[in-house]
Amino acid sequence: MSYERKLRVKTLVMVFVMVVCATTGDSLLKHGMTQIGPVSLTHDGLLHGFLAAMTSGTIWVAILFLIGFMLSNMTVLSWADYSYVMPAGALGYVAVTLVGVFAFGETVSPRRWLGVALICVGVFFVGQTRPQTTAVMEAAR
Amino acid sequence: MIHAISLRSAITLAIFVMAGCLGELAVTHGMKKAGAPEHLRIRDVTRFLGRAFCTGWFWVGVPLMTLSFYLLMVLLSWEPISLVIPASALSYVVGTLGAKYILKEDVNGLRWAGVLLVCVGVAIVAAG
Repeated sequence: MSYERKLRVKTLVMVFVMVVCATTGDSLLKHGMTQIGPVSLTHDGLLHGFLAAMTSGTIWVAILFLIGFMLSNMTVLSWADYSYVMPAGALGYVAVTLVGVFAFGETVSPRRWLGVALICVGVFFVGQTRPQTTAVMEAAR
Repeated sequence: MIHAISLRSAITLAIFVMAGCLGELAVTHGMKKAGAPEHLRIRDVTRFLGRAFCTGWFWVGVPLMTLSFYLLMVLLSWEPISLVIPASALSYVVGTLGAKYILKEDVNGLRWAGVLLVCVGVAIVAAG
């Protein structure tokens, strides 16, 4: 496999991991906070909300996924352009919409579908460019 | 109905976008300095992350991104979410400008077209 193709494949793999981690983490966070219920903006309310969040298994799994997103984002940025990775990360909006439709049976407005389509075409355009256009340091062995 | 944004919110929005983008650009620069892992193996990636967390630029980026997140919370307390989140899509354009002029990335016409489409798409999706 040529260097260019290898670079493209490993970048796409890491972007996929990023999007999956971010989407799963955000969805679990939402699910966990819904289980806890509304947090009132008082001293006791905030303390209760914090303790409830810290003892919720769902919130901890969400945090693990969000840490996974941060680490995969850092890793891909060590070789790929920021201007390549950042727009590709917007696929998270597409993933959230598809999860909403197929997993939760949500209805999506035509305007939102238009937004999803624009993101897909935009990411496709960015994906046609070279993932790396600056010099990248070799890792210290 | 068009919602008129106050000058205070407009300035805060600009600082929110700038701080977020500068933070991410600093982290990106730090990751490049840390050097890419040779292979996507646990050992190589762990070593890379060890180097990455010791990079000064990473610790420049984190407070800027924290400031950006705080300003987002402030903005959401002032303005409707249907205005703040779509407006935050401007980060794609500002970030790409930063990547081109600060990180010296080669942003060609095709990539610009893609970024602009993503920016408009995210604004539409976020507006609900």
